[in-house]
Amino acid sequence: MSDRPSPDDGISAAELAAKYGLSVSGARPGLAEYVRQMWGRRHFILAFSQAKLTAQYSQAKLGQLWQVATPLLNALVYFLIFGLILDADRGMSREVYIPFLVTGVFVFTFTQSSVMAGVRAISGNLGLVRALHFPRASLPISFALQQLQQLLFSMIVMFAVAIGFGSYPSLSWLLILPALALQFCFNTGLALVFARMGAKTPDLAQLMPFVMRTWMYASGVMFSIPVMLADHPKWISDVLQWNPAAIYMDLMRFALIDGYGRENLPPHVWAVAGGWAVLVALGGFVYFWKAEERYGRG
Amino acid sequence: MAETRIPTVIADELHIVYRVNGAKTGKGSATAALSRILKRGSDDAARGVRKVHAVKGVSFIAYRGEAIGLIGSNGSGKSTLLRAIAGLLPAEKGKVYTDGQPSLLGVNAALMNDLTGERNVILGGLAMGMSREQIKARYQEIVDFSGINEKGDFITLPMRTYSSGMAARLRFSIAAAKDHDVLMIDEALATGDRKFQKRSEARIRELRKEAGTVFLVSHNNKSIRDTCDRVLWLERGELRMDGPTEEVLKEYEKFTGK
Repeated sequence: MSDRPSPDDGISAAELAAKYGLSVSGARPGLAEYVRQMWGRRHFILAFSQAKLTAQYSQAKLGQLWQVATPLLNALVYFLIFGLILDADRGMSREVYIPFLVTGVFVFTFTQSSVMAGVRAISGNLGLVRALHFPRASLPISFALQQLQQLLFSMIVMFAVAIGFGSYPSLSWLLILPALALQFCFNTGLALVFARMGAKTPDLAQLMPFVMRTWMYASGVMFSIPVMLADHPKWISDVLQWNPAAIYMDLMRFALIDGYGRENLPPHVWAVAGGWAVLVALGGFVYFWKAEERYGRG
Repeated sequence: MAETRIPTVIADELHIVYRVNGAKTGKGSATAALSRILKRGSDDAARGVRKVHAVKGVSFIAYRGEAIGLIGSNGSGKSTLLRAIAGLLPAEKGKVYTDGQPSLLGVNAALMNDLTGERNVILGGLAMGMSREQIKARYQEIVDFSGINEKGDFITLPMRTYSSGMAARLRFSIAAAKDHDVLMIDEALATGDRKFQKRSEARIRELRKEAGTVFLVSHNNKSIRDTCDRVLWLERGELRMDGPTEEVLKEYEKFTGK
């Protein structure tokens, strides 16, 4: 076929491509174009996250009931160890400590599972990445969204515990919404960062549980940081309190629990929460996009 | 074919290399892995990362209206080449230029066995880039084509309850629901029972009419003869022959000893 003479003979492949307006296959689109493509795939992102969520418990006899039962059991375990055996509730009454603990566990789990899902978002879905075309950031974002929906189920338990220990719904509960939105942005950014790193080094999936556990114990999930570190230099507790996980947990507790007031929050807490969210979300997105054309090499 | 032939896919000295971690013969141990990490800076071979050079310097130009068959023995790089054309595998060296977005016929990876057939149709469609409205409009067509509901209401059951043939039929029906500019089919013809094969061959001919250029990977020389007018023969990642179907197939059959 290719021996037939044609006016295009003798010019290079690149010139021929330019002449007929062909583009390089698999090239990375510009940032604006990338965002536009992501927007075009919003239905896929949402459907994929919901599908993953449903598929999770579809083989269990109790089915979707586990969405609520799993966080409830989780909270019970922590209550048993830290509330009853270790008495970690220093400086707090039981009415404050139990919701304090449950809120902390759920809010931290949200960040933790977003990171873990992010690590495996590309490396665990190579089949999908190698078979179909879509902006790869869809995957980590979709996984973060799945975790958000999971947290919404946990919120049912959280509300029940709060009410059970005497914190009734009030206007301050509305603060949950902005706190959740900011944390979701932060988590998504983190998932994007770890998705790129996990795509290059799948070993991270083995390492991250230890990093995340260290972070959990350092963020005051089951104890109050200022009270626990009272006899240490002040800067240690300051640093721990300003870390994003602690900030988002404290905001949620402040919104939800009556006995957990302003005095427990570090100064400028909303500005810090917003700063972390914007910084990590934008940074993570750009960082992920920079390697867009390289995902799928395994 | 038009007077001046319009190129739709140009491959220019394309090389594809896979890197496999920890596949160094007989050394899957922890010490080997550790030395791999410690020798990070040095070259891949020393770290026990094996390179598989799957496609070695392939160049060709495909034109609008062509149906091109890809043949070659197992592991000769056919599927890898298709994925590279689709822009799904990054090239080590060389470039592929395409007109629009070539698509691979296949959505297997996007589907989830724990979900109902119904939800998989929607998920698969969205994954291929169809809009919700397009899927809604095509939904009945997809289900009817797959023939899943011929023996009762199976589409509302999870896909893991399907027989392998039923699942393959549904997958093909979802994948074939979209129209493509440059379409690539990887041995999709051999699924399902005889009746379904007939139906899917007809659908592929239809897709060919709508698409600008079609690539077909197959080990079935008959289906290549039936559908393609040009054949690329790959062997060990190199382009061994490129020409009209009959010429290339004759040489290929001599080579394979048929």
